[in-house]
Amino acid sequence: MVRYGAIAVGLFFAGWLFISFLIGAVAYVSEPPVPTVEHEFHEAPKHVSFSFDGPLGKYDQAQLQRGFQVFKEVCSACHSLKFVAFRDLAALGYNEAEVKAIAKQWAIKTPSVDPATGEASTREPVPSDYFPKPFANNVAAAAANNNAIPPDLSLMTKARHHGSAYVYSLITGYQAQPAELLKEFPDSKTPEGLHYNPYFANLNLAMAPPLSADGQVTYGDGTKPTVDQMAQDVAAFLTWTAEPKLENRRRAGLATILFLLIATGLAYMSYQNIWADKKKAAA
Amino acid sequence: MSFPWAEQYTPKNPLTQWIDEKLPLPRLVYNAVGAGYPVPRNLNYFWNFGVLAGLALVIQIVTGVIMAMHYGANDLVAFTTVEQTMRDVNAGWLMRYAHANGASFFFIVVYLHIFRGLYFGSYKAPREMVWLLGLVIFLLMMATAFMGYVLPWGQMSYWGAKVITGLFGAIPVVGEPIQTWLLGGFAPGNASLNRFFSLHFLLPFVIAGVIILHIWALHIPGSNNPTGVEVKGPQDTVPFHPYYTAKDGFGAGIFLIAFSILLFFAPNFLGHPDNYIEANPLSTPAHIVPEWYFWPFYAILRAFTVDFLFIPAKLLGVLAMFASILLLFFLPWLDTSPVRSGKYRPTFNKFFWILCLDVVILGWLGGAPAEEPYVMMSQVAAAYYFAHFLIILPLISRFEKPLPLPGSITEAVLAKYGKTDGATVAVPAE
Repeated sequence: MVRYGAIAVGLFFAGWLFISFLIGAVAYVSEPPVPTVEHEFHEAPKHVSFSFDGPLGKYDQAQLQRGFQVFKEVCSACHSLKFVAFRDLAALGYNEAEVKAIAKQWAIKTPSVDPATGEASTREPVPSDYFPKPFANNVAAAAANNNAIPPDLSLMTKARHHGSAYVYSLITGYQAQPAELLKEFPDSKTPEGLHYNPYFANLNLAMAPPLSADGQVTYGDGTKPTVDQMAQDVAAFLTWTAEPKLENRRRAGLATILFLLIATGLAYMSYQNIWADKKKAAA
Repeated sequence: MSFPWAEQYTPKNPLTQWIDEKLPLPRLVYNAVGAGYPVPRNLNYFWNFGVLAGLALVIQIVTGVIMAMHYGANDLVAFTTVEQTMRDVNAGWLMRYAHANGASFFFIVVYLHIFRGLYFGSYKAPREMVWLLGLVIFLLMMATAFMGYVLPWGQMSYWGAKVITGLFGAIPVVGEPIQTWLLGGFAPGNASLNRFFSLHFLLPFVIAGVIILHIWALHIPGSNNPTGVEVKGPQDTVPFHPYYTAKDGFGAGIFLIAFSILLFFAPNFLGHPDNYIEANPLSTPAHIVPEWYFWPFYAILRAFTVDFLFIPAKLLGVLAMFASILLLFFLPWLDTSPVRSGKYRPTFNKFFWILCLDVVILGWLGGAPAEEPYVMMSQVAAAYYFAHFLIILPLISRFEKPLPLPGSITEAVLAKYGKTDGATVAVPAE
């Protein structure tokens, strides 16, 4: 009885799926799906190598400091970094006094309350503060940025596939819209106020090229601040903001796996030892 | 237990004797997973995965309870508290990554455990109840995993919750009220997050309870084995401890090494980048996909694109997705072949490997975007899935001619080690 019911249900599902397949296949052949402009012109992130690549890679502190400088002088005008606190900068090699000074001199002030009147006011950030947001709220952010809200950058490199390379590619990827694109998709001209970038999911983004010329920042360590270098540095910095515990994690991983290899080896020997008489047959 | 030759628990010192008189808990453990449980001597490594699933549950409960200490189940702070756990809690990143990847490893070992049951016929009489309880555990795991994925309140959390509860919305007439009732609102929000957290904390303990029943039901007939031939006498078995505790110890080591490689060196490999973006009800992700362990079922859900008479395609997809799991409950009565192990079933064997490939393909398609040609491929693959369990399997078990079975477990073992001198011919149990 169960089997007859099962065969009936099976015939229904399998049969209807097969009919759906035929209908879909006919439609697919008679009206092949039209490729979209994103499908044809979106590009995967460029290949770029970082010191933290590979299972044992580590952050390059000098590079993180340079990247932080790019963030401070360029990105932070529009982008927040709300999950990172000034105190976290100690991991980039700054000492306590330097962290204090960075917080104190930060261009954006921390929202606060006037202790005398209770009215909203601001104060200088201290190391325990998170990076203050450049805009009071999303409405202000959208109003100042052609209706697009600049996303928070704390987790950006983990929120995109191949995030570090993505950030680098996006910053260095601005270009004129290809002529073939306009020929094939005449309706897809980049709208006024947006910028063509094949590394961005829908090809046109509101952010203007943030790094437009070599020497936009002046590095203290003598590294030549080409656009490519600055883009790599800020991508490295944003990898650190997204995954500050990367080095601890890899160190702990090595120790754990080493321990487990020894323990598993011993467990294997004990297994073989206990089973020795059972595996020799004829017990 | 059902084997008269099982070793008896005999407490030696006065304290354990005293405890055994008042509360024979050590005796229970001894008989369940100690020397008091005789197990077929020929189990292969596929029999490690039950214990490994238990280990995965323990890892999930320990890391989960610690994370709950730092988590705020409120839609305004959930994402932030998870990030603070990652950054400012001692070893918080370890707990979080272990929990997220632990869920994946729980499903990996449970899928291998189910694979073992399917191939070696462990669902057949007299072990139907073991199989049914295992499926209950599997359903509870799926519910727990789904609700857990909502808790970080990222984009995939939010939109996943919306899509999955939307499945209930496909039910005619009462669907939308049910969806609203499940979510505690018209869209996922603070009420949904709170109840999901509460249930996500509760269900693992329910799972632990059903696992006890699963093991209890297993101990009535005893474990199946790769030959599928029942135990005939003491020479066919070894005590669980130390033989299988030692083997499981080795298996646990391999499991933990594989787990550590992912956890420490590629912790986001199985995750989706969109879940590092805070939930935003106003911005729909380009492709909403569940976690990888739901992909085969998600592919079946999306394979239905054509309405059947008055039944909309979406409802058909929902029914098919639930049916794809519920049909497993009928498996002991669909496959009536008296031979358990796939090793001795030549026709079953071929179709079984096609099924395995089919499920892997369904998994790949479930993770792919909902566009052609993926939809057409998933229609063919889903059709085979249903045809396999509901049509092919009942027919095979009716017409197949199985290969000759070994006379006993011991005979099979001796053949493997090249000694068939007849010194230990199986003695049938009375």
